[in-house]
Amino acid sequence: MKKFAAWILVLVLGASSTTAFGFPLKAVDTPNDKGNNVTLSWPAQPHPPEQWAVLRVEAGKTYAAIDTIGGELTGYTDETAKNGVPYQYRLAGLGAGGVGVFSEDSQPAVPEPSWFDTGKLNVFIVITLFLALVLYYIGQAQRGKQWSFRPIAGLAAIEEAIGRSTEMGKGVLYVPGVQDIDDIQTIASMIILGNVARMTAKYETPLMVPANSPAVYTVADEVVKGAYADVGRADAYRSDMVRYITSEQFAYVAAVNGMMLRERPAANLLLGAFFAESLLLAETGHETGAIQIAGTANVHQLPFFVVACDYTLIGEEYYAASAYLSKDAKLLGSLKASDTIKILLVLTIVAGCVLLTLGNHTLAEFFATQ
Amino acid sequence: MKREIPLLISMAAGIFVLIGFFVPHPAIRDIYDDIQGWVIIVVAFTYVLGMANLLRINTEQIQRRAKDWPYKLALVLSLIATMIVGFFFSRGSHYLDDGTGFSWIYLTFYSSMSSTMFSLLAFFIASAAFRAFRVRSVEALLLAVAALILMIGRVPIGNAIHPAIPQIADWLMEIPQNAAKRGILMGAALGVIATGFRVILGIERTYGEGGGT
Repeated sequence: MKKFAAWILVLVLGASSTTAFGFPLKAVDTPNDKGNNVTLSWPAQPHPPEQWAVLRVEAGKTYAAIDTIGGELTGYTDETAKNGVPYQYRLAGLGAGGVGVFSEDSQPAVPEPSWFDTGKLNVFIVITLFLALVLYYIGQAQRGKQWSFRPIAGLAAIEEAIGRSTEMGKGVLYVPGVQDIDDIQTIASMIILGNVARMTAKYETPLMVPANSPAVYTVADEVVKGAYADVGRADAYRSDMVRYITSEQFAYVAAVNGMMLRERPAANLLLGAFFAESLLLAETGHETGAIQIAGTANVHQLPFFVVACDYTLIGEEYYAASAYLSKDAKLLGSLKASDTIKILLVLTIVAGCVLLTLGNHTLAEFFATQ
Repeated sequence: MKREIPLLISMAAGIFVLIGFFVPHPAIRDIYDDIQGWVIIVVAFTYVLGMANLLRINTEQIQRRAKDWPYKLALVLSLIATMIVGFFFSRGSHYLDDGTGFSWIYLTFYSSMSSTMFSLLAFFIASAAFRAFRVRSVEALLLAVAALILMIGRVPIGNAIHPAIPQIADWLMEIPQNAAKRGILMGAALGVIATGFRVILGIERTYGEGGGT
């Protein structure tokens, strides 16, 4: 009842032009959004009321309460505004210490959708620079320019592992991780799988690809089929090379471990996104005596792979694998762009450290992400 | 055409999603959100393909009494039984509720077996740690010493031995470990962007039938 009376008082006083107002209220179109939002802000009050009633008015209409919020707050976003309509706002105190406490009327604010998220300007600049470098180096590669890259033992070992499997008359097990096809690590894994499948097709080595998701199974099956066709061995492709197992993490592990123990592949390639199952898979593979090559960008799983596998592709090495394995000039061009941007980022980090030490926060603030 | 159409679709979707990341305007963002929603529909259809693949491969192996065929039989029978219970004896769309037949199968069989698999990790960690901490080089020595300090520093006895041990453990985690981790993460992030560009620009052609590089 007391609250209802307070609301009536708020509406009566809020609509009155003779009420005394205390503190400024700022209303602005919320930046970098889809529109329909106005952000309000006000200074903290020395004796805040129990609650604030947020009042809003459109041109030619009277103030109406749109929400009730805690008295301790100093900001609010109106998500019910309409684009293109100018709104003014007022706050009215409610409850203990709130009667008769009002803010000034805000300046009119017009919500509009943004065409560019300025909070992502730093990302946009880096991405644009990166894309420009990729295109530049691809152009260079097409004109015959060649670069030398540091050798990555794990990548060189992939062909060696497949060769070893061929000599032993055993298969190659390719595990593409436990994430779905929308994960970039799984996409990178599918790209590497294409190169691996070309090698197994060429050497006539059995290939087993257990998939943890039906989408991964569908893509992996197409990739393997395409790879066998590419090297003129479409006849050697078998529809049970790629098989869907389950999307449940540990059921998948049980199935893959079973394959390792029963089929005894001579090479296990664990390339993709892995989590708690990384060591379960890698240790089982180690027990079988298979040569193991793992690659992931999940930092927390890297130690497990380093311990249990013969070779481990760490972070960027994993993403560089397809360029290394295919030796395609355009892919190597993108690798060169990646290296160049890395040098630029290192220089920027050093510059940022120096500027921060000198008390200048400009660069650090520019690169802060939201 | 089998190669070009998937390439064009992936390029168009990739470019649109990239633009959608920077443009919050509803003209772009609403379509961006719709494209994200399409993924659910596509994935739902791939489940039909996945199920067909699983049944085909396993029933074939059962028919020709391939090696370990009883395991395949157990898989197929479990799959069919779970589906029957889920569809017909589990209160329709409330099949995940407590007390349904589906929920009973999940909690009684799947959950326990899954926990068993996970618990094996403890033994695997022990065997992997035994190999990792064999000191054969200077690097292995550093690793073993760091691991020892960290393990002792993270339990109460570390502080009881000497108050500096937990502090050294924290320093190891916050400075050298963080530096290495961030270096790996930055390299991986650049790799992600480079892979994305390769797919969007159509120079990565591994996927798709006959799509060799």
